[in-house]
Amino acid sequence: MKKVIMGNHALSYGAMLSRAQVIAAYPITPQTQVVELLSEMCASKTLDAKFIKVESEHSAMAASLGASLAGARTFTATSSQGLALMHELLHWASGGRLPVVMGNINRAMAPGWSIWTDQNDSLSQRDTGWIQFYCSSNQEVLDTVIQAFKVSEKLLIPSMVILDAFALSHTFEIVEIPEQKDVDAYLPPFNPPYRLTPSDPHAFFGLTGPEHYFELRYKLQKDMEKAPALIEETGREFERIFGRYLGLVDEYLSDDAEFLFISSGTAGSTARVAVDDLRREGVKAGNLRMKVFRPFPFDKVRGIVQKAKKVAVVDRNLSYGHHGIFYQEVKSALYGQDGMPPVFGYVTGLGGRDITPGDFKEIYGLASSKNTPDEEIGWIGVKR
Amino acid sequence: MAKKKETKKIVFQSESEMPVTAMSLGSMLHNKTGAWRNIRPEVDRAKCIQCGICWKFCPDVSINIVDNWPVVDYDFCKGCGICAEECPTKCIVMVEEVK
Repeated sequence: MKKVIMGNHALSYGAMLSRAQVIAAYPITPQTQVVELLSEMCASKTLDAKFIKVESEHSAMAASLGASLAGARTFTATSSQGLALMHELLHWASGGRLPVVMGNINRAMAPGWSIWTDQNDSLSQRDTGWIQFYCSSNQEVLDTVIQAFKVSEKLLIPSMVILDAFALSHTFEIVEIPEQKDVDAYLPPFNPPYRLTPSDPHAFFGLTGPEHYFELRYKLQKDMEKAPALIEETGREFERIFGRYLGLVDEYLSDDAEFLFISSGTAGSTARVAVDDLRREGVKAGNLRMKVFRPFPFDKVRGIVQKAKKVAVVDRNLSYGHHGIFYQEVKSALYGQDGMPPVFGYVTGLGGRDITPGDFKEIYGLASSKNTPDEEIGWIGVKR
Repeated sequence: MAKKKETKKIVFQSESEMPVTAMSLGSMLHNKTGAWRNIRPEVDRAKCIQCGICWKFCPDVSINIVDNWPVVDYDFCKGCGICAEECPTKCIVMVEEVK
């Protein structure tokens, strides 16, 4: 069935179709409608889940951890300052190997107060041990929630499904709502190897000395390394049932591209328009939209990038004192590899300023005028 | 008074033998945490109105309801005193353990 829904409701439908059993969340603009619709679904029994009202995002994640540890499929959603308040507990989720799935609406960090999009909220949580999926359409948001539960529960690693504030969260798009029986066939009930239960009581997450802590973290990394192959496998399985492939990246005319953009989120859709315009002007442009940021899909990115002659990474985020974060990560993935093209980095669209096809064409113009990137950040659209 | 069990520390030689997260290997039923207690709750049935509030508030699930009366499980009660604090008739009194 097709519906016209906002990105926030795509998250809610994704959680509903995944038969989430516990939802603990605290509302924050621009995430509020995610929780509103889920609470209505719980009240009307459309979704047979326990809805836990909490007093903060810290508590929302704490309640989610308890629910997940008890063996319930658990969903929550937040944004920006709320995600930052959860920070401590994000480590508990991954270290505790609890496959919670969380929607995060990318919203710029205050101050000044902003409700508009950029990626610094979720990218600040890069090292917490969560899988991160960046989406570029409402359909992809819904589909990715279902896939994220499958990947997370297999690896026992939590996932964030990330979408841009307003550009997706409050934008209505046509979304194919999958049939419940098809989702059930794709996503079996959650059956964890350990759980908190009175019939076999164990103590969890207690003091762990230097003789064991290191090995537990080694195991987390080893399982994280299994995610890229598992995401591709579950993406193909998703395609067999629903007709839509969910991969690590989204390529657009990248096969024969001489000039390759690397982008993420909704800017990745804008990039396609710019690529079409540039192609009409005779430029062999292409786009690589990063869907999965953690774990970083090293092999996939290297394989695509090495075919290009020049690469421009477009970041809607910034690591102050360094560069755009995707730019850092792409460069790091290419370090020491033979035959890689020069990679240029550009920062744009902070705090929700629009990123237009014209911005991508400006980036093309700037990068084509140089042979090697310099240390300066390429600022696009800043008034100076 | 529960005695603390003699335990042997397990040190794994390889990550492959370990669970994926920090957890007790044995059942916590054997870990009699009542040994930690310095003060013990005692219930005065003359004042108890069988409301069950102590049972509801006990964070260690150490109050059982037997024939409608609250009965403290001293194997696991750590003596936190929440039951005594919450009891509306103050029928639960915390008494110092004499070791």
